[in-house]
Amino acid sequence: MLDNILRALGDPALLAVVSLTFRVTGSALLIAIALGVPLGALVGLTRFPGRRLVTLVLYTGMGLPPVVVGLFVYILLSRSGPLGSLGWLFTPAAMVAAQTIIAFPLVAALTMSAVDGVDPDLRLQVRALGATRWQTGWTVLREARIGVTAAIVAAFGGIISEVGAVMLVGGNIEGHTRVLTTAIVLSTRQGDFALAMALGLVLLLLALGANAALLQLQGRSR
Amino acid sequence: MSRKQAAFFEVIDLRHRYGARTVLNIPRLDIARGETLGIIGPSGAGKSTLLRLLQGLERPTEGAVRVDGAPFPSPVPISMSRRITTVFQRPLTLNRNVRDNVEFGLRLRGRRDARAVENLVDRLGLSDLINAPARHLSGGEIQRVALARAMALDPEVLLLDEPAANLDPANVARAEALIRDVQTRGRTIVLVTHNTHEARRLAHKTLLLMEGTVVEVNATATLFESPSDPRTRAFLAGELVY
Repeated sequence: MLDNILRALGDPALLAVVSLTFRVTGSALLIAIALGVPLGALVGLTRFPGRRLVTLVLYTGMGLPPVVVGLFVYILLSRSGPLGSLGWLFTPAAMVAAQTIIAFPLVAALTMSAVDGVDPDLRLQVRALGATRWQTGWTVLREARIGVTAAIVAAFGGIISEVGAVMLVGGNIEGHTRVLTTAIVLSTRQGDFALAMALGLVLLLLALGANAALLQLQGRSR
Repeated sequence: MSRKQAAFFEVIDLRHRYGARTVLNIPRLDIARGETLGIIGPSGAGKSTLLRLLQGLERPTEGAVRVDGAPFPSPVPISMSRRITTVFQRPLTLNRNVRDNVEFGLRLRGRRDARAVENLVDRLGLSDLINAPARHLSGGEIQRVALARAMALDPEVLLLDEPAANLDPANVARAEALIRDVQTRGRTIVLVTHNTHEARRLAHKTLLLMEGTVVEVNATATLFESPSDPRTRAFLAGELVY
């Protein structure tokens, strides 16, 4: 078994799968950060009518079943769907879209609660030292950086391990839309447990490495 | 009246409420440019609230605070708010080291002044801690960081809310020496304190605030030595008058 796992790890096809996993999850995470951190910070920093509703929607979004997101994106992108003309279905772009939708509420909601957790008196004192609104917001976001990093880690963990949505909208096409999780499902079904184990091992290592890098970043900024 | 003697702050017909409770009711108060006004009074008298209104962090429910002859516009433009800085009663630091905390206000203005920062840190006895993370500091150390970061800006007006409350006698002397320097530079200071000795040592004029109203405002020596209001006498004698 171990021999077979090691042989599977040397398979060049594995590299393509790992590389696509990284590109899809990485792109989705970057888009979710670019949209979710500013939105979460804004909701956390400001008081406006409807704020509770936005919070409720974000918190609910954190618990979206990935397979339902997959279904939703599938319908949107299917040939007769409203975004069918993009031709994204069964391409990595569709997988990025689905994973972004899963990651975004996680990043936004956890950023919001991290920013909300910063002592409101600190904001007042920062303003009294002459900070503009933007400078105050940025300073509070920096103070909340441990929570914001946790938001990113949670979102990353949520989408790199996700299988339902990418399976539906990507189609698990070899050499095109096959990622680690969908490859594990397939090889398990085919009885190739050595390959499935090898893929699982790589997935775990990837998650470990990415989280270690994020934590390093968090530690350095303290 | 020359500009030099003109009031920096004019409080006019001020009423400030939190819900149904009126926390401040000051028909008129002038704070002259270059003057140090001590504000004493029991807890809950509205002293800290008055400082927040003078800094423009809150807007009065009724009436106006005029700064340099003009009321605070809404929102307060940054060029105006940067002329005034507050050292808060419960100062909070950023999760950075001491140097970055002291330099913070300067950086907000796109400035750096390592020498001024190091000088202040040294005079407040924080040199050994300059690279220490602020979250490891004691209450008294945080208070000194807060003084240093405000003084690094050399603002026209310094609002001090119990600046020496957490300091031991040696550090009280350090802080007061710095406050005297600020006075020498002709800056305006509003000093809120529980400590009547501190007001006597530093303030040109002293104001007794009780339940949101001005009981008496007078030259410091007059207020302490021959107060005109019986409530002032009672307060200074340590009697419960509220």
